[in-house]
Amino acid sequence: MSLSGKEREEFEKKLEAYVGIDIGVEDVARDEVNQAMIRHWCEAMGDRCGAYADVEAAARSVHGEIVAPPAMLQAWVLGGVAMAAGQADPRDKQKELHRFFDEHGYTGVVATNTEQEYKRYLRLGERISARTLIESISEQKATAIGIGYFINTRTVFQNQHGEEVGSMTFRVLKFEAAEQPAAAVDAAPDASAKPQRLKPGLGFDNKWWWDCLEKGELAIQKCSQCGVLRHPPRPMCHECQSTSWEYIFSSGQGTIYSYVVIRYPEVPGYTYPLVVAVIDLAEGTRFVGNVVDIDPDEVEVGMKVVASIELVDDEMKLPVFRPA
Amino acid sequence: MSSSSLQYQDVKVGDALPELPIDLTVSLIVAGAVASQDYTPVHHDKAAAQSAGMQDVFMNILTTNGLVSRFVTDWAGIDARVTNVSIKLGTPNLPGDTMTLGGSVCEKDDGSATVLVEVTGKNAWGNHVTGTVRVALPTGA
Repeated sequence: MSLSGKEREEFEKKLEAYVGIDIGVEDVARDEVNQAMIRHWCEAMGDRCGAYADVEAAARSVHGEIVAPPAMLQAWVLGGVAMAAGQADPRDKQKELHRFFDEHGYTGVVATNTEQEYKRYLRLGERISARTLIESISEQKATAIGIGYFINTRTVFQNQHGEEVGSMTFRVLKFEAAEQPAAAVDAAPDASAKPQRLKPGLGFDNKWWWDCLEKGELAIQKCSQCGVLRHPPRPMCHECQSTSWEYIFSSGQGTIYSYVVIRYPEVPGYTYPLVVAVIDLAEGTRFVGNVVDIDPDEVEVGMKVVASIELVDDEMKLPVFRPA
Repeated sequence: MSSSSLQYQDVKVGDALPELPIDLTVSLIVAGAVASQDYTPVHHDKAAAQSAGMQDVFMNILTTNGLVSRFVTDWAGIDARVTNVSIKLGTPNLPGDTMTLGGSVCEKDDGSATVLVEVTGKNAWGNHVTGTVRVALPTGA
């Protein structure tokens, strides 16, 4: 669903009322800054810094005593199970704003940026509270995940004495989420799924080559009439136009004829920087492949390489080249 | 002062931090969410995450923030003080993947004896997080 021009105008007019206002509820930490919650945090993060756990080491450090990891700032005021399960406080203008977006079809929400400033590290026994302001709402934006609006909030944290200890700006995108068909959930890929390479289109003219590769052989097509080699596989000889062909197996030995190093953009499933080379195979045709296990700055035209047929993702085998 | 901490004068712009690979297990994702008091279901309940269009539970921002800070203080030592963390989120951190944190010093400010570290956390799908961490270092004075 999309808003018509007039509806959108009215919608955006109503959004203005939220800009610059305090959300109306204060988040107050349920617990003082304490060693147990710090320990749980450090164990989860694998953080072994002595300032958070080791009384003597902390005393000798610039901190002078046990302090809380700075990134825990917001954790002190989050509401735990009760917050996730409970009803929203009806006075909460931020929740009201999100509901307002929901009602107009912008049901998706994703956090995109956060900035935190720590004026100082928190000490055991401090009790933190936070007030939040809706700082701005962007104009409508078309983003990779959908059309929506960015909401910027600014939260100021203080202790029980009213001393400001830190602040945070937080940006979320409220967007028109694409419908998620039920089937898509059932078909959700395995959790451990890694990005895979694009699969080749297989047909009569090229499937044989991939079958050879599957058996561990780098095949090269050879014209049965004039003997010229060709790659990639195709039905007709470019020299004599014969359509009869056979194939030989390559030794995998070759020389770099030319290459590029791809650094950006990064396509999922590849390791960067990525060396893509045109290789003169010893048998006398050329092949495009990746050169691996070498610093890209060391790659040179004329370098001797050798192929090895390996899995490049969970399923696909390809010849990859290394310096010979 | 503990001798293991970096001194401001010993750090140069361009210095690279040791890479830190983080195995993204369900345990880490759930433990991070719980330790940050964030019980939003998508961070501990696979069915809820799938209803939200994700493959599996995914890491919450506070955990990312905690790991980014840890990455910098692991390098800088106990006498460092993180003053600012600014991060932009990209691809989600999902179980079974690995996020590798890397970074380098991009700026020094003599007045405040702080250095700015550029940080990138990469997983199989691309950049999970990019951003900067400002950290105050001891001057030995």
